Amino acid sequence: MWDYSEKVKEHFFSPRNAGAVEDANAVGDVGSLSCGDALRLTLKVEPETEIILDAGFQTFGCGSAIASSSALTEMVKGLTVDQSLEISNQDIADYLDGLPAEKMHCSVMGREALQSAVANFRGEVWTDDHDEGAMICKCFAIDEVMIEDTVRANNLSTVEEVSNYTKAGGGCASCHEGIEGVLSRVLEERGEIFVADGVGALPKRKKQPAPADDSINSAAEPIPDAATSTGGMTNLQRIRRIETVLESIRPNLQRDGGDVNLVDVDGRNIYVHLTGACSGCQMAAMTLGGIQQQLIEDLGEYIKVIPDTEIPVQLSAEA
Amino acid sequence: MADIYLDNNATTMVDPAVVEEMLPYFSEQFGNPSSLHNFGNKVGFALKKARKQVQKLLGAEHESEIIFTSCGSESDATAILSALAAQPERKEIITTVVEHPAVLTLCEHLGSEGYIVHRLPVDKQGRLDLDDYKNLLSDKVAIVSVMWANNESGTIFPVEKMAELAADAGVMLHTDAVQAVGKIPINLADSDIHMLSVSGHKLHAPKGIGVLYLKRGTRFRPLLRGGHQERGRRAGTENTTSIIGLGKAAELALENLEYENTVVKAMRDRLEEGILTAVPYCFVTGDKENRLPNTASIAFEFIEGEAILLLLNKIGIAASSGSACTSGSLEPSHVMRAMDIPYTAAHGTTRFSLSRYNTMEEIERVIETLPPIVAQLRKLSPYWEGNGPVENPEALFEPVYA
Repeated sequence: MWDYSEKVKEHFFSPRNAGAVEDANAVGDVGSLSCGDALRLTLKVEPETEIILDAGFQTFGCGSAIASSSALTEMVKGLTVDQSLEISNQDIADYLDGLPAEKMHCSVMGREALQSAVANFRGEVWTDDHDEGAMICKCFAIDEVMIEDTVRANNLSTVEEVSNYTKAGGGCASCHEGIEGVLSRVLEERGEIFVADGVGALPKRKKQPAPADDSINSAAEPIPDAATSTGGMTNLQRIRRIETVLESIRPNLQRDGGDVNLVDVDGRNIYVHLTGACSGCQMAAMTLGGIQQQLIEDLGEYIKVIPDTEIPVQLSAEA
Repeated sequence: MADIYLDNNATTMVDPAVVEEMLPYFSEQFGNPSSLHNFGNKVGFALKKARKQVQKLLGAEHESEIIFTSCGSESDATAILSALAAQPERKEIITTVVEHPAVLTLCEHLGSEGYIVHRLPVDKQGRLDLDDYKNLLSDKVAIVSVMWANNESGTIFPVEKMAELAADAGVMLHTDAVQAVGKIPINLADSDIHMLSVSGHKLHAPKGIGVLYLKRGTRFRPLLRGGHQERGRRAGTENTTSIIGLGKAAELALENLEYENTVVKAMRDRLEEGILTAVPYCFVTGDKENRLPNTASIAFEFIEGEAILLLLNKIGIAASSGSACTSGSLEPSHVMRAMDIPYTAAHGTTRFSLSRYNTMEEIERVIETLPPIVAQLRKLSPYWEGNGPVENPEALFEPVYA
């Protein structure tokens, strides 16, 4: 059974605004019978003020599709059309206290139905630009089409590059076979042969502490013995190295609308500040894990990357 | 009120008599059957008994034809990979489009490694065309792998006939019989079936135990090499407790075979009749004349399976759905699509699979509580209006992309 939040269950079992709104002047249809998910959003918009007076939904779909539709109708009521367009699929998921990664597309469908309804209200035609393939990376909900497009556009040839560009494969790593499959196919098209990089897993001496899964908790505990080995560098050299690594990661984060800044270095504990799309993102812990991994590799020592919200009191007072 | 479990094709409750049989072998009789001393010796005898019990259920000629494995999937993989390894000059595989992923995914992978995989199609009732099959049999085929009974629709394939045809053509045949064993009579001694997979947890034994039946003389290459266990055909210390449990479960299955085909079947038939009478726009999928006695696969049109299951679960009824609302592509069950069930119904297909532990009272409760659930979801569906579907749903609900 899916790990649905209480809020998702509540919206599924007692959906709000089910059914079509009478005298609707904005109708948005997305999905289809064949793909197993279909949503019709009907809105009643006050023409002068463009305020959404009423919203209703009709959904053919699974539990989270119905819950996402219900949430969306609650969220848009009272907003102006322009304000409603600022609702992202992540906002819909957040409203429901999160959705399982495999079900995030349900929130995307809500967001698209809204765009479609607004286009309908304005007498425009909305065209969908997204094309979903089979899910490859379940940790980050990245599908095959996304990976294939990214590999093509950026001429990628290794799994590591795919992870750096799309995040796919950067979590539990069990989808690397799937990513290799996409790489083999695309490389063959450009007349190359995919060659795997060694056995895949890093040798023991390069291995880093498990990030991802449990870093939400473990990241919060600073390493007690903070003043030990710093790799034979002066503090300044070391901080510069850290800055350089963060600089190299930054473009990846910015592509997703986020950013990272170095806040403080306390022995092996490196405090950073995540901003924009990164802060509060469910994947923040994963992102921190990735940063930590790169820093460990570059510095050649074991360090811990910790969000600045976890800075111990006396330390933040100093800072 | 106690919950009602109607998902026995997914897994079954371990029979209390099976648990009782197993318990001493966790503590008092923990020995390794390979050991010479008394600790191991008694376990060795218990395994022998279990092997005989399984042999009897399958109607196998020799007890040495029974190889214990860890699960049905391992048995499937062992059979198919063995046939390829033993006959390297043969590069073709015949299977069907409706197999369980244990076979289908493996064949897909083998296809990517250069093997030619023929997937036999099915008709709207889920039946195979044996003429198609005959035409594919040749000395290039390493193995035919067809399921005995389908896990979703319960449809039974004429596996014994297919084995005969394969034997005439000099081709090996394997059948994934995890859904059939214990539900329909099987007599392997009288058949041309070379290999057959059994899964313990589908017949009231624990999870983590399976069987590969291997007809004496069939060329074989083990998947796991290492120990002498299972006569060198499956290395690894025996899962003694589970094997002993499976033996007992096999004995019970044989005793209950008639009950399964009379009482359980009558409950299944009542369930179908009750639901079809009360709910408009739904139908039974599969070959009604030729299917497992415990399985009812009902397609509810214009609603989605997961939503049905969640609402059923809320009132304590466990069933399952072929709907695959898990990936971005959201394809409905490959079995329903293979039978050409329209999209309007394929997504809403719900499977009720019974066991000897169900009662007619439970069935009546399902018949009573299910119709309002379907009605409630249809009220939410854009394809439904008032008391029936919108006219021409595919056309009326026309999104900007499809």
